[in-house]
Order: sequence, then structure tokens, then C-alpha cells
Amino acid sequence: MPELGKYAAEVLAAYGVSLALLAVLVLMTLRRGRRARAQLQAAEQEAQRNG
Amino acid sequence: MSIWSFANPVKFLSLSARVQPVLWAAAGMCVSVGLLWGFFGTPDDARQESAVKIIYLHVPAALMAINAWFMMLVASLIWLIRRHHVSALAAKAAAPVGVVMTLIALITGAIWGQPMWGTWWAWDPRLTSFLILFLFYLGYIALWEAVEDPDTAADLTSVLCLVGSVFAVLSRYAVKFWNQGLHQGTSVPVATGGRTVADVFFYPLVLSMVGFGLLFVALVLYRTSTEIRLRRASALRARESREV
Repeated sequence: MPELGKYAAEVLAAYGVSLALLAVLVLMTLRRGRRARAQLQAAEQEAQRNG
Repeated sequence: MSIWSFANPVKFLSLSARVQPVLWAAAGMCVSVGLLWGFFGTPDDARQESAVKIIYLHVPAALMAINAWFMMLVASLIWLIRRHHVSALAAKAAAPVGVVMTLIALITGAIWGQPMWGTWWAWDPRLTSFLILFLFYLGYIALWEAVEDPDTAADLTSVLCLVGSVFAVLSRYAVKFWNQGLHQGTSVPVATGGRTVADVFFYPLVLSMVGFGLLFVALVLYRTSTEIRLRRASALRARESREV
């Protein structure tokens, strides 16, 4: 860990908040993507069943 | 092969699936190495001390916040002129990425500003135009959710994107236009090359900027593919319900 001196709280807060926001963005993106694949698969199967 | 062939959703999905693994890997590597290098491998600045390390987050996030809006602008214009659905969905897909980048830039800017300027916030031209850009992002996302018909939503959001572009431009050039306020001009002017950042800070910063750019592209391709699948599923369900 580097010596951050008197601005340690600011630097750590900036990195913490930013990385958390990026992680939430990526996770929500992946979750929505998985849900979309499942929805499309279900809709295609339903369409095939009904000819 | 014409670029317009990728307006075909099937071709877009195919290309997107091929390039995404490489993009995600490159983005992850550049962001990780850039931020780790900046955090652990760079010295304190003579005046800003360790607070200078916030630059590796603030500048790339601000860069992508503005560029995301310009990407949305181009996609919106393509929708308005050529009516390619993929371009409208790409603009829709980019907005949540842009809003997160804008939020990161605003938060890190406030955290950085407090010790350097003695205030979390000032109604400075650049900061204010950035805040308005953030509000435009929220409005853009809300408009997509509020309008039921997707083509009408694409039309309305495209017009909103055109209007919001004024603030995207102001976010970048407000310092030059008004030449006042707390925020300094760009530290890494690409056009003139006259940067004010020393090499020791510059190289990890560039790597971080490239990483944020690649992450943006990877996220937008993935999210656009998601939007195409959701649209297709919705169309199939609508057809089924009409036949029943």
C-alpha cells in the first residue's frame, strides 16, 4: 500500500466509489444480457410450438 | 463489405460475439494495469501530493462521459436519417454506460476538488455543463422507458440527444469559451499535443484512458446485443398474441 499521507481518505474514497460503480454497471449489464437470452429462447420455443 | 451491413441485427450479433472476448480482455487488462500503475507505481505530485492519483479515474471517466454522448449523437443521427434499428438500440445501450461515467467524473471531481480548491462544488462553467449533461443522460434514459412504442421512443430520444449535444460540447470546451471558473483546461490536449502532465503520470493515465475506452465499447456492444434480443423476443411475443 503506498503512503497516501493527508489525502488518503480522498484518494481511497475516489477509488472505492468509482470501482464500485463500474462493478455494478458490469454486473447489471451481464445480468440483463442473461435475462434477454432466456427471454428470447423462451419466445422462440413458444413460436416453434405454435408452428 | 459496407458498414451498413452491420445494421442487419443478425450480422451485428455475429460480429459483436466475435470481437467481444478480445475487447473485454483488453479492457480489463488496460483498466487494471492503468489503475494499479497509477495507484501503486507513481510518485506524489509536488503540490497535490497523493491526491493526484485521482486523475487516473477522473480524466478517463470524464472523457468517456462526453464521448459516449457523441457516440449516441452519431447513432441517433443514423436512426433519424436511415432508420436503422440497431443504431437506435446502440444509442439506448450506451446511455447507462455514459451516465455511470458522468457520475464517476462528478464524484471524483468533487472528492478531488475539496482538498485542492477548498470546495466540493462550484458553479463553474465546466462543472455546471457537466452536471446538466448528467441530467440529460437521466432524461434520455427516462424517455426511453416512458414511451411504449419503440420507434416513437427512438425518435424522441434522438431529438433529445441532439439538444443535449450542446452540453456535451460545453463540458469539453467551456473552459475555452468562458476562460473563467475553477476547473483548468484539458491536461492532455490530443489536437495540439501540448500536454501539461509529466511523463511519470502521463503513461499510466493514457493506459487508463484507453482501458475506459475499450470498456465502453465492450459494454455498448454487449448491451446493444441485449437490446436486439429483447426487441426480437418482444416482437415474437406480440406476433404470438396476435395469432392467439
